[in-house]
Amino acid sequence: MNSIEVNNLTKKFGSFTAVDNVSFNVKKGEIFGFLGANGAGKSTTIRMLCAILEPTSGDAIVGRYSINKQPDQVKKNIGYMSQRFSLYNDLTVEENINFFGGVYGLEESEFEERKKWVLKIANLEGKEKTLTSSLPGGIKQRLALGTAVIHKPEIVFLDEPTSGVDPISRRRFWDLIHELSSEGITVLVTTHYLEEAEYCNNIILINRGKIIAQGTSDELKKNYIKNTILQIECDKVIEALEILEKQNFVNEVSIFGNSIHIVVNDNYKNEEQIRNLLEKNHSINVFRIDSIVPTLEDVFIHVLEEDKENGSSKN
Amino acid sequence: MKNVIHIIKKEFLQFKRDPKMFGIILVSPVLQLILLGYAATLDVKIVHTLVFDQDRSELSKDYIKRFENSGFFSIDYYATDYNQVTEQINDGDIIVAIVIPNDFEKKIQRHETAKVQLLFNGSDGNTASIVAGYISNITGKFSQNLFPDYFNVNGGRIIPSAQITPVIRIWYNPSLQTRNFMVPGIVGLLLSNITLILASLAIVKEKEVGTLEQLMVTPIKPFELMIGKMIPFIILGFAAVIIVITAMTFIFNIPVRGNIFFLLFASFLYVLSTLGFGLLVSTISHTQQQAMMISIFGIMIPMVYLSGFAFPIENMPKIIQAVSYVIPLRYFITIIRGVILKGLGFTDLWIEASVLFVMGISILLLSSLRFRKKLG
Ligand SMILES: Nc1ncnc2c1ncn2[C@@H]1O[C@H](COP(=O)(O)OP(=O)(O)OP(=O)(O)O)[C@@H](O)[C@H]1O
Ligand SMILES: [Mg+2]
Repeated sequence: MNSIEVNNLTKKFGSFTAVDNVSFNVKKGEIFGFLGANGAGKSTTIRMLCAILEPTSGDAIVGRYSINKQPDQVKKNIGYMSQRFSLYNDLTVEENINFFGGVYGLEESEFEERKKWVLKIANLEGKEKTLTSSLPGGIKQRLALGTAVIHKPEIVFLDEPTSGVDPISRRRFWDLIHELSSEGITVLVTTHYLEEAEYCNNIILINRGKIIAQGTSDELKKNYIKNTILQIECDKVIEALEILEKQNFVNEVSIFGNSIHIVVNDNYKNEEQIRNLLEKNHSINVFRIDSIVPTLEDVFIHVLEEDKENGSSKN
Repeated sequence: MKNVIHIIKKEFLQFKRDPKMFGIILVSPVLQLILLGYAATLDVKIVHTLVFDQDRSELSKDYIKRFENSGFFSIDYYATDYNQVTEQINDGDIIVAIVIPNDFEKKIQRHETAKVQLLFNGSDGNTASIVAGYISNITGKFSQNLFPDYFNVNGGRIIPSAQITPVIRIWYNPSLQTRNFMVPGIVGLLLSNITLILASLAIVKEKEVGTLEQLMVTPIKPFELMIGKMIPFIILGFAAVIIVITAMTFIFNIPVRGNIFFLLFASFLYVLSTLGFGLLVSTISHTQQQAMMISIFGIMIPMVYLSGFAFPIENMPKIIQAVSYVIPLRYFITIIRGVILKGLGFTDLWIEASVLFVMGISILLLSSLRFRKKLG
């Protein structure tokens, strides 16, 4: 069953198209990852799905309701954590919970139960009177998530909830996301961290307002990169990168730490080809060459490169 | 409506945590009072004058001529009885009434001191004291010219015993303190600061930090948000007004002579305009700093200078006088001064009150439509 159905959604700001004819479906209870560079159109899409930004054209069904025709119904059934901090810094933990519980119209008994729950997941039991501004970043985000779903929505939108949060807190935050999802809540989340994308059931990559790749993590790795990827460990990494870039058997190169990943094509024969090139011609020491399973990062670099070529050939 | 209460509660909790804001509320009007009090050495260009000449002699006509020729006085009205004098001064169109007694010429011919009565509408203390200065000056010159002539005819000996003395009576503001004139105006400024600047800041702050976006996904409707944001500032504004009026009564010794409830009612009518402006500012600014700039330089300063708060409107160029008619503060200041200094009430000021009401409703309506559109 689909929880969200997006049909040809488009948003223009003047002549600039921020979201370009985007369509996708999200299943109930799924964790759906929304990836893209800065300015790709992630937030704009989410804001339209939350019915706070009117689409230029297209529609979406969010939890049975149309964002164009029933925006108020949509709002009742969703939770939203915007990209910027969404709580009042000058209120205490408890005052924030009371305010949002109040505007979502929770009944007294239900509210008490939900308040306890929010305090528990944010690890703030006994710290109700703390000023929100003085909380550490990770805790703030958990409190924000808790208050965003205080009314038990069916769907929750999280816009870069873990940006600027330390890795351990990020991990904990994702545990929380999985907990929500296991309760049947649909989670649509944007992120810049590719390792976080691995935690998602389904992923969409958006670039310049358009979807350029979608599927599960495994599907993406299988479908978008047909060619072999080699990991080369060598010295003088930058120099090697520049040399490899020019070879006709290489499609793409990128640096991963102190090694190089290259995507090779049919002109590639064997390792000797690379060793000869680097060691004999340029006296760069090659320590290892392995054929590897692509990471999501490889996939994204690949599809972004392709998109860039398509874009420039069009222009 | 429950949502409105949740928002009001939240606003008050936020006030509590922001003592800086109270500084702005309380300090700025006091500063303005001090600055304007000192800066208020303003020239008076045209003095609207009433003459009640009971003597109708050559000499009294000559005396009146001196005023006309001075270039400062415009004799707008010749009264024929004392009731007219009172009426004209109460209406506020006349700044000074010159009352010449029927024994004016006789006394001067007998070399006795003639007393001319000057009645001032002193609610504008500043203008009144300047005008009193002009009048003494003209009168002094007139009697100097006059008496030597008489003495020369009588053999050239100068007996400086007789002269014309202006007897000055000032209505409404007998001590002629500019302060008395300014302080009531501060009530208007204070109310404007709170309901315009602070209210717009409170909305823009939510925009700036991002909580507005969060509010927009909650079931709060735009009009609930608007009302919830305004009510706390109306309450705060009225609290400040009551504090200032109390302080005025006990510290400055300027009691409210008219009906305080009418004053509060008029304040409410005025606040409709300033809240409307505040809302408008919040829809056009993205940062608190912008909102502050626009409300101070775009709205407050023009309002203050065109309202007659600092400078008498009569002394402004005709075009600017015309513009002042669309300034809500102009009407509110007239009401405040009328009620506090002259003890006037609804029957005298209903026109001003109605204008405020109509202006307030229109500004508020237009701004809230824009606010809804920007949010929706
Ligand atoms: N209100 C607006 N008016 C004009 N342009 C806008 C507006 N909102 C967003 N944009 C533009 O639309 C594009 C997409 O913005 P969006 O915020 O959706 O990107 P994003 O993918 O969320 O990026 P980030 O990772 O930086 O958050 C950007 O180029 C942005 O400048
Ligand atoms: Mg974004």
